[in-house]
Amino acid sequence: MENSRRGFMGKVLGVVAGVGAIGALYPMKRTWDPLPSVKAAGFTTVDLSELEEGVLAIEKWRGKPIFMLKKSAATVSAQTAEQTARDVVVDGQHYLIAIALCTHLGCIPAFSEAKKGFLCACHGGEFDISGIDTKAPPPSPLEIPPFKIAGSTVVLGETGPEYEKMKEAGVLA
Amino acid sequence: MANFAKANSVEEWLDQRLAIRTIRRVMSTEYWIPKNVNFLWAMGMILMVTFKLLLVSGIFLLMYYQPNVDTAFDSVNYTIMQDVAYGWLWRHVHAVGASVVFLIIYIHMFTGIYYGSYKKGRELIWISGMILFITFSGLAFSGYMLPWGQMSYWAGMVITNLFSAGSLELHGIVEWVRGDYVPGQAFLDRFFMQHVLLLPLGVLGAIGLHFAALRLPHVNNQDGEEINFEEEAAKYKAGKKKESKVMAFGNDFLSKDIFVLSVFLIFFFYLVFWHYGFALDPVNLDPADGLKTPAHIYPEWYFLWSYEILRPFPKDPGLIAFAFSQVILLLLPFLDRSPNVAPANRRGPFAIWFWVFLVDMIVLTAMGKLPPEGIFNTIGLVAAIVFILLWVALPFITKLEKRL
Repeated sequence: MENSRRGFMGKVLGVVAGVGAIGALYPMKRTWDPLPSVKAAGFTTVDLSELEEGVLAIEKWRGKPIFMLKKSAATVSAQTAEQTARDVVVDGQHYLIAIALCTHLGCIPAFSEAKKGFLCACHGGEFDISGIDTKAPPPSPLEIPPFKIAGSTVVLGETGPEYEKMKEAGVLA
Repeated sequence: MANFAKANSVEEWLDQRLAIRTIRRVMSTEYWIPKNVNFLWAMGMILMVTFKLLLVSGIFLLMYYQPNVDTAFDSVNYTIMQDVAYGWLWRHVHAVGASVVFLIIYIHMFTGIYYGSYKKGRELIWISGMILFITFSGLAFSGYMLPWGQMSYWAGMVITNLFSAGSLELHGIVEWVRGDYVPGQAFLDRFFMQHVLLLPLGVLGAIGLHFAALRLPHVNNQDGEEINFEEEAAKYKAGKKKESKVMAFGNDFLSKDIFVLSVFLIFFFYLVFWHYGFALDPVNLDPADGLKTPAHIYPEWYFLWSYEILRPFPKDPGLIAFAFSQVILLLLPFLDRSPNVAPANRRGPFAIWFWVFLVDMIVLTAMGKLPPEGIFNTIGLVAAIVFILLWVALPFITKLEKRL
């Protein structure tokens, strides 16, 4: 009798403590989540027709800098198929759109007109005109953010069919 | 109700209610320290006092600091540094203290490694000490975020990116840690919380554990000699203080401790008043800008060795090496297979291991500061590989060690 009562109380303690722990940990985890306002502000619309050929534009999406570069016809014709596969094409014009953070540790690479690519000052990484890594330490190309083409504008943060196609081809990063 | 007699003094009155005489005896006048120690045994007291200096200066900084991305930088660099009377003093004490506390922690750690003060009952002292080291590292990092300068922002960016675990690309975890896609208001607020409450509480708890773990095995001595503390204490109490191998913590050991502490404090305040620049990086005197990376991102000197273990490797192996370096020290009491408790120089091959390890840590620290180019890159890589090999070799080297 005594033992079964103690056993019962022990089980009650275990169940209440377990439920209590989960009930406490879940809201703690959720409190650390990004706020709805932060998530809602996660879309950026850019009018691509306003970009100038060969001039790098830096936009901001979810607080991250985004490289946007309108490529000239000469640049595109000199590209390999691998490079062209990463181009965003709108109205026949080729654009580089990529998150401007080095895939090594997140520094912002600088655009080099002469080298036709991007150089990272932090640890010496290099990327070509399509954001493909050409010199270590970065392990992968500059990441292409989710995008959706709408007329001559592009919406960052939404996924369109062109983005899905790149994703299937495995060229996003 | 217990029986309380009328007290004849304030001390007696307190003793009846709080047992202060018992506490003093147990904690001080009959807490035994070996006589065979040197100035390196004072580092614990120095750390305790430096922590208190950080706590007091932090309390005063907290009166004017504003954890807001728009006002944090100015609240530190204008309000505290220029408007608040003696605000600069608290900032200098806090910045220099944060740097110097790591210097002393490293001396304290290497003293422990040299004299073998982590085994035969002293394992928990080492482990709780490493927990303190990790908690202090968290405090240093979170505190570095608060002025919201360029180095704060980009160090925050780079370090929180480590949570994506390389090719596993766990960006969700990074965003969860930051509370945003990039370091922002939520990020600053949560690191502020960690710096001023969560981690200081952790340090206080870990100090309690560290001291408690010291109680039964007692402090080690210069020869690693096993002392019969009860016997030696009996001699001391019988008045044969010269014969006894031990002394009382209070006030025998304390008087020596405080002498070393005084020398340290003269050095400390020399830095605070005349040589504080090393603790205030000029890059961080530019406000945070998420669209401009500083030319070189490097941590404070005390993190350089682990940074240099991360840096020379490709991304994934680098992260694995970094993770290895962060946990391996914790396991020291179990990786050292030798039963000898003695100074490293009397332990044969372990002496070589110790000095190579010490020099390797210094080389890693120096290379971590230099840009990763040419010969420095190679030296850094070699030093990082040596670090890993040393720890892999430790169990074998100590297993073969002759019993002293």
